[in-house]
This record gives sequence, C-alpha cells and structure tokens, in this order.
Amino acid sequence: MSASQILSRLISAIVTLLGVMVVVFVLVRVVPGDPIAMMIAPGASEADVAALRAYYGLDLPIYQQFIVWFSQALQGNFGTSISLKQNVLTIILERLPATLELAALALAMAVIWGTFIALVSTAWRGTYVEKLIDNFNGVMLAVPDFIWGLTFVLLLGVVLPLLPISGRSDPTIDAGLSTQFYLIEGLLRGKFAFVWDVFKHMLLPAMTMSFPLAAVIGRVLKNTMMDVMVQDYIILARIKGLSNLRILLQEALRNAAVPALALTGVQFTFLIGGTVITERIFSYPGIGNLAIDAVINRDLPLIQGLVLTFGAIFIVVNMLVDAMTAWLNPRLRHA
Amino acid sequence: MTNLSRRQLMQLAGAGLLVGNGLNISAAHAEGGTVTIAYNVNLPSWDPTTGLSAVNPTIQSIYRSVFDQFVGQKPTLEFQPGLLTEWGWSDDKKQVFMTVRDGVTWHDGSPFSAADVVWSLERAGKMDGGNPIAFIWSKIGNFKVDGNKITADVLSFEPTLFKWMAFLTGYVMPKAYFEKAGAEGFEAKPIGTGPYMVDQFERNAFVRLKANPNYWGGKPAFETVVYKFVPDATSRVAEIESGSSDVTVDVPFEEFDRLKSKDGLAGVATPISDIGMIFLNNIEVMNDKNVRMAAAMSIDKKAIVDKLLKGYATPIDTLEAPQYAAFDASITVPFDPAKAAELLKASGFSPENPAKFKIQTTRGLKPKDYEMVQAIVGMWRKVGLEAEIEVYEIAKHYELRAGDTLAPAAFYNWGNAIGDPTTSTGFAMFGPSPHSVWNTDDLDGMIGPLWGEADEAKRIAGWKAVDKHIADNAYVIPLIQYQQPIVYKSSIKVTPNIAGSPEPFQMSPA
Repeated sequence: MSASQILSRLISAIVTLLGVMVVVFVLVRVVPGDPIAMMIAPGASEADVAALRAYYGLDLPIYQQFIVWFSQALQGNFGTSISLKQNVLTIILERLPATLELAALALAMAVIWGTFIALVSTAWRGTYVEKLIDNFNGVMLAVPDFIWGLTFVLLLGVVLPLLPISGRSDPTIDAGLSTQFYLIEGLLRGKFAFVWDVFKHMLLPAMTMSFPLAAVIGRVLKNTMMDVMVQDYIILARIKGLSNLRILLQEALRNAAVPALALTGVQFTFLIGGTVITERIFSYPGIGNLAIDAVINRDLPLIQGLVLTFGAIFIVVNMLVDAMTAWLNPRLRHA
Repeated sequence: MTNLSRRQLMQLAGAGLLVGNGLNISAAHAEGGTVTIAYNVNLPSWDPTTGLSAVNPTIQSIYRSVFDQFVGQKPTLEFQPGLLTEWGWSDDKKQVFMTVRDGVTWHDGSPFSAADVVWSLERAGKMDGGNPIAFIWSKIGNFKVDGNKITADVLSFEPTLFKWMAFLTGYVMPKAYFEKAGAEGFEAKPIGTGPYMVDQFERNAFVRLKANPNYWGGKPAFETVVYKFVPDATSRVAEIESGSSDVTVDVPFEEFDRLKSKDGLAGVATPISDIGMIFLNNIEVMNDKNVRMAAAMSIDKKAIVDKLLKGYATPIDTLEAPQYAAFDASITVPFDPAKAAELLKASGFSPENPAKFKIQTTRGLKPKDYEMVQAIVGMWRKVGLEAEIEVYEIAKHYELRAGDTLAPAAFYNWGNAIGDPTTSTGFAMFGPSPHSVWNTDDLDGMIGPLWGEADEAKRIAGWKAVDKHIADNAYVIPLIQYQQPIVYKSSIKVTPNIAGSPEPFQMSPA
C-alpha cells in the first residue's frame, strides 16, 4: 500500500467512526426505556426526578447532549457508567483483553479446524469422506452458535465434566497479574498453571464461536483448493514424485490461502460481534457480556462506549486484513 | 480419490485435535471450607448506598455478607439488633435514639463507632448524594453523640424509618476509610463490618470472600465464599449439576424438581417478599368498575399456580403477602367467572361483544410471566374481556410507569423486603407516587394521612382498610407471591431468606 492509500484508509476510518458515533448516540435515545425511570426511588417527587435527569445530563436536547458527549469523547472521556459508576473507558479497557484473547483463540481454532477440514476433503475428494465432511460442515454452519454453546455445556460440562463452563479463571487461584491479558502475561511471566486454567476456561466458549467460522473457512478453502489441484504446477509436482501430503501443504494450500484469508478477516469481525451471546452463556467477563448488562440497565454512556469499541475493532481488523491481503497478493500490491 | 495414507491423516489430525488433548480436569468443587454460589445477578458496584445496584433487592445478599445494616433482619423478616442494639422514638416522636454496638471492628482492624453511624446517616440523607432512598434518611438530622448513644431530631415523622434501616441502602459505611480512600478507592478495596471480607473481585465473573474472624456475630461456618455471576438460568442449572457450584438460585421450576431429586443435591422453595400483580391504569375501559371487578374475579389464580408454576407460588388477593405487617386474610377476591360475566353484562359487554383493552407484560423476566398473562387473557375471553398482549422490556415498563402511560393493564412484580404496607400498597397505589398509575381521589384520600401516622396500630389498621377498599373496587389485581427455588449440595445446610436470596452467613456444612 502506498502512503496515499494508507492516508485514504485512515480518513475513511475516521469518517466511519464519526458515523457510528452519531448513529449509536441517536439510536440509544430513541429506543424505548428511560434509564432515569429505572432509578426513581419510591418516594421521589417530580423535582427529584428532574434533578436526577439533570445530574446525568439527560435533560438537555439530544443535539446538545451529543455536543457535550462528542467534545468529551475527543478528549478520551466517554463519560461515567450509570450502573457501574466508573469511567466508561476504564471499564471497557478492563474487559476488552478478555474478549480479544477469546476471539483470538476462537479464530486460531477456526483456522486450524477449517484448514484441516479443507485438506481432508480435498485429499479424499469424490469419496464418502468428502460427503461426510460436507454434511458435517453443513451442520456446523446451520446450527446457531448459542446452540453449540448450550450443547457443549451439556456434553462437556455436565454429562462429561471435562471443562469449566463459566468464568475466565478458577476463582480460588491468585494470579497476581498486572494486566487483563491473562494468557499473554501469564505466558510471559511463566505462570503456566494459571495459563492452563485460563485456557481451559476459554476452550468451550472459543469452540462455540469457532465452529461456524471453521465451517466457512473449510468450505471456501476446499473450493479454492479443488481449483488449484487441477493446475499444471500441481501435475508437475506429482510428476516430480512429491508426496500427496507435501503437494497439499506446500503447493495447493499456499496458493489457495489468499481468498480464505480475506474471508477470515471479514468473518473475524462477525466473530467479535458473536461474543455477546457466547460470553453470556459462559458467564465470561468480556465486553460482550458487559454489553448485555449495559442494555438491560439502559446505561447510555456505556452502550455508546461499547458500540464505539466494536466499531473501532471492525475498522482496525478490516484495515489489517486489507493490508495482509495486498501483501500476500502481488496483483493487489502493485495495483 | 484417497491419496493420503492413514499415517498422514493422523499427522494432519494432530493439529486439529490439539485442543482435545489432556483435558481431564477435576471439577471446581467447593471443599475445605469453601462454598461456591452460582448467582443470578452481577454485582455492579461495592457501594450499597448509591446508584442503581443499591436498590436491586437481589444484590443485597452479597452486600449483607460484607456490610452490616443499622438494624438486622432474620430470614423470617423479623427485625433484630444489627450494628444498632437499641433504637426507637421519643414519646412525642420528635426525636430518635439509637445505641451503637460495642466491640465491632472494620475489616481493616480499625474500631467501629457511633461516628460511623452518624456519618452514614448524614451521607445517606443528602438529596444530591446519590442515595435513591435519601427521601427517608433526610427525615432525621441534628445528630448528637454521647459514647455509644446517638440521638437525632425528627425533621419529618416517618413511621418506617427503622424498618428501612434493615432494607435498601440501610448500611453503615466506614467514615474514616471512605474519606481517606474516596469513592473510587472504596470501590477498588471495600471494607465493612460484615461476616465476610472481600478477597478478590473480578467484575462480571466472580467475587471471592474470606471469613471475618472477628465478626461480632460469630465466625462464619465457611472460610471462603465464592459468588460466581451466572445470569443465564440454563448455565446455573449446568453449574449445580456439574458440581462446579454448591448452591444456586432461581432455576426454572421444571429443572428444580428434577435437580432436587438427584443424588447429592437438595432443594427448597420458600415464599419470598416478591409478588406478581397486574397494574390497572384508570384509563379507557378500566374506568368501569364492572370491567375491573370482572377482570379480577375471572382469574383462576390457583390453576395458574398449580399448572404453570408447579405449585411454587401462593395466590394473593391484596398487595400484602402473608408475612407482611398489614396482611389481612379476611380480604379476598373470589374466583367467580359467572359473577364476572354478570357484571360485564350490566355494562353491555359479553363474549360476543367484549370489552377490549391492552395488557403489557415482560417475557422471561420472572418465571412464566408471559405464560401467566396468556392464561389470564384466555380466562378473560370466556367472560367477555378481550385483551391484546404487548410484550415489553422491563426498562420500558419503568419509563411508562413513571410517565403514567402504562396500558390499561400491565403485569409486574413488586418486592417488599421490610413487609411494611407503605412499601407495597403505599408506593404502588398512591397517586402522587411515581410508581403508581392509579390516580383517584378516594384512594389518595385514604392513603394520604397514613404516611405520617404515629400510632402504629392505627397505621396498620388504616392500611388494611385501604387494601379492603382496593379489593372492593379492583384498583389493582394481585396475583401471586413468588417462591424462590434454591438448589444445593446435600452436604450443605442452606437457610432460605424471605427477604430475598440466601446469605452465606446462614449456610453451614450439613
């Protein structure tokens, strides 16, 4: 990418974020549910209610509220959460690492499973193995992730209690970490027992999120590999006597990976959005779980901050994917 | 075409099965003096006196584990000494007196004193201090301390003042510590005088509490208590069934019956201070007394309890549950569909020409809320009432109720952990209250004088008369008193709490 392309992307990202800010600000005020009505004490008078509304700045016209919020947001102040009584940015930064680590693990699992599915069904193309995998892939795609979540809870949490079904770590363990990046910091500081515990807690929610994505990756990668497998250079490789495994991994997979990578990037943004339901099912303390509580409590500042965070993640991920795709694909790189 | 050997396939599978290896973990059992509770709500804040969480009844069991209230309350709703050992009014009701418990220390080891009580009451009474119940606490002032004795002037007589001292926001906070740490510092490291001390808190995930060895009420039975925040009911069922948690609450009744019959598990369902009711708004057809009476008399509450709630509820005819101070068993609303049809006929309505109105309800907020309303609408249809159901979120209910714009009928649940009629009938039915949607002069005229009635017997009798008047005119339709299902391991003894959820201090090894 050239400097002008990067600048263009950055300007586009800023405009998108501004759009998100306006839309979310208006939306949360238009949907039914008044946060002040939820806080009114039994004996409150109309004056008390008005004072409460003024305290949270909700007595101003919407455009004035937006100006106040926007000007503060530009300085990094996203307001104070109504329900948690803490700075919104602090709360989000405290929870975001949990969601990022979970999403990263889910993505890694999806890529591994998806690639595995594509390789096996390509290797056994035209046989019952391919049909079996295609059918299994169809089921993975068709079943919503929350059903997978509940199924995993039942099978691997209750019937065969192999894995923890709630939380991010064992409450009885004192990790003594200074950041919320449990996996990364734990690994760096050599706290392997704690990392293993965190990993176990993440497995079921990560599997839940990874299944549909693995199916998509598997399907796209398999189709691309099927095309690649009839190319001349594959035939040449066979003539050279390369093993099938080597042909699959070194020749076919490498060339088929670019379209799958672009798709994975796009799907990753959906995967982040999918954390909302999954984190709830597994009582996982990330921003998805936080978002549900914020909506239930009509915590307007927190909802705004969270939607903005999701928006920023989507933009950053898309930019990274574009950059990686361009880097891997010479035609795009030189376009 | 099968080009890969089995060996090669196994090599590929190695990567795919990475996550499946070595997962033979042990369940996170609670042993060695630890009890783990899969709890149904999150804890948003550690200050039990300000903000939204301070008035959430479900959270109080966590607060009561860490903090003490001015006045204590037994699981049966009876009041008992808390950090105050004595309390009361002067004969002329112009002063209150309180005696502060000796020998109590805060979790940081500093001594608790009357100064903490006074500071807590003054802080709570500031109208701009963020305490949702400030309207109660602001009714006393000019505190004077003499050793462990406190007196204060009554600025405006509030008969329920001391009852509120065992209810929402009625907690004693550490004056010196809070002033030094500030609100944020307190949030990060809260201390109280309660039976448990906060050991670790991971927001939205869990809180770990350690027993307070110096607790004035005796050392707790369990050394460690872990509250896991598990808002999803299905996940709570899985928690207790898998052995990951020792106690859980508010599971679906169908699951409750199944779980409590399993080996190693036990269950109890106890009536709690939470009722289901239908608000009637004095608009449209609800201005017709015959319509209201017919709506009330055509509901078979027993059938709803037996068939929908599997017997885990108690039918009620007033807003006072049997454990409340103003409960009067003689006030009843009979189930009489024939009489209901007759009343409707007198107003020109019949099943062929029904009285039409809207009923609003939540769906899934309380057990079988939507299903109950569906059943009621079916019962109404038979006598000549046609109600259209509108499902809304609880936040929308609050907004509509505060604006007095609820539909003619609206299902809701109402809690009253101190059992006083002001906090049930009073706030729900008094026209000027922001929580009431029924506004008629006859009722407001009866309720008005009771707010400041100093004679307790007269006050309670007055509320009973109000409840009778409401029942006779069907200004509201009380339905049921809820029961809270608690499932726990047989190795643990759990004492149910009518005020709300069970408290760890009332749990012990069986």
